[in-house]
Amino acid sequence: MAGMRWRQVEDYFAGRIFRLSLIFINAVAVLITIVLIIKAQPILTSTSLAELLLSSDWHPLQGRFGFYPFIISTLEVTAIAMIISIPVCLLSAIYLSEYTNSRFREFARFVIDILAGIPSVIYGLCGVIVVVPFVQVVGNALGNATTGYSLLAGGLILAVMVTPFIISLSLEVLRMIPIEARENTLALGTTKWEAVRHVILKSARRGIFAAIILGFARAFGETIAVLMVVGNVAQVPTSVFDPAYPLPALIANNYGEMMSIPLYDSALLLAALILLVVVGGFSMMAHLTLLRIGREVS
Amino acid sequence: MIISLGLVLTALAGIIFVVVMKGASALSLSMIIETPKGGYYLGKEGGIANAIVGSLYLAFGASFLSIMISLPVAFAMQREYTSHFAANCSRLALDILWGMPSIVYGAFGFVVMIYFGLRSSLLGGIIVLTLLMLPIMIRSMEEVIRMVPLELKEISYSLGTTKIETTVSVVLRQAMPGVITAVLLAFGRGIGDAASILFTAGYTDYIPRSLLDPVASLPLAIFFQSATPIPEVQDRAYTAALILLFIVLLVNIVSRILGWRSSRYIVR
Repeated sequence: MAGMRWRQVEDYFAGRIFRLSLIFINAVAVLITIVLIIKAQPILTSTSLAELLLSSDWHPLQGRFGFYPFIISTLEVTAIAMIISIPVCLLSAIYLSEYTNSRFREFARFVIDILAGIPSVIYGLCGVIVVVPFVQVVGNALGNATTGYSLLAGGLILAVMVTPFIISLSLEVLRMIPIEARENTLALGTTKWEAVRHVILKSARRGIFAAIILGFARAFGETIAVLMVVGNVAQVPTSVFDPAYPLPALIANNYGEMMSIPLYDSALLLAALILLVVVGGFSMMAHLTLLRIGREVS
Repeated sequence: MIISLGLVLTALAGIIFVVVMKGASALSLSMIIETPKGGYYLGKEGGIANAIVGSLYLAFGASFLSIMISLPVAFAMQREYTSHFAANCSRLALDILWGMPSIVYGAFGFVVMIYFGLRSSLLGGIIVLTLLMLPIMIRSMEEVIRMVPLELKEISYSLGTTKIETTVSVVLRQAMPGVITAVLLAFGRGIGDAASILFTAGYTDYIPRSLLDPVASLPLAIFFQSATPIPEVQDRAYTAALILLFIVLLVNIVSRILGWRSSRYIVR
């Protein structure tokens, strides 16, 4: 009898611990948001949000914080990365899903997983060694004097970095489409490409959209690799060969040492909050889309 | 299509090729077993043992903490413990945490450390890395725990076991390959992350003696040394990158082998 009692006590406490830890992990998410909001409050009360976001007057020593150049840089670097990587990723995913055998698919998955696991500082280093000189040569050949540390270099590195995420997620979505959908279409006498374009891509479009959104979110917040190749000059870039200064790089370069300047640390935490809101929003969108697809399939 | 896939595969080959070619030139035993000596940052004697050991301390410490927290959370998300709605909310929260840029973790960690009067230290680095690794670990663990067949659990319950007994001796054992993969995946992510420990772990030429000492790490060693104008120091950044890449690839391959070997003991 005593043994039964003990087992019940054990079960009760284990359940308690499990639930507490679940509450803890949710609390972490809330806590991070709240802390950043509280810390960004001083600058939000002293300057209006519209002015912070749209002014390009960045002079922390005089207390003027215009985030416009940083926001534009972030958006442009991310946009370049997405423009380069989306076609490559989609074509690769379609090839792996529809045109090849499962052995090669498994091999490619393995390679893509490795690519996804390479630390961003190594991507950055390769960018400095290979991409920056390449961009310099191309830029100078096209008549743009550039050091190579530029928007384009950042975009190229980011494009390589987000590729594994977009491919593996798109591939997963494509593989979820039942084999009957393919067979039925082909039985109507379509070519393989027609089946892919009109049926496969159509039924996978929301999943692929989610994959692209996740890739975008990852690119938006990437710090070290971009920081190493993008030049870090606080100005609105006018061409892809100009240096830029994205938000994550701004935080990484200045946070932790500029505590003596009033409002500076609040401004940098506002930058972190912007990243959190944008990336969090995009992650949420992708999550909900994938959830709905999962429900429809099952 | 083949061309675009070729591009992707070439990118990986290119990265490994560049790092190996550049890194191998300065690789030597003294690089691995010595800490930086006087004049190291001007190209003189010394190695990066401080960064290698520091990175391992950070990653193992954070993995240990993460496992301690992740397993209960992943168990709690089974339907015996939590409602469908609460589990879905937690999944959403974890996905948002997973996608969060590591620099945000770094900034958040630094704010919290200042609040508690902590200087940048091994402890601070471990805590921030734990935050970074938790969502990765929990989501992957939960994914495999959810795959455990319901029949298996029901059989176990029908023998009169309590929930915790079923969870530990049936669910955990059945999910073991996935759990191992989850841990190693998070370990690989943690050891390579630079932005989160930039403010919180600090950097030092010495191997830390206590949790409150600052600690060097491989990603930051690469980051700082590649930014110097002296070629000898840059070469060491390449070597550090080679070592980091080697560790990450090793973890990746070990996780595959372990996952494959332990999957022989599960019920299909």
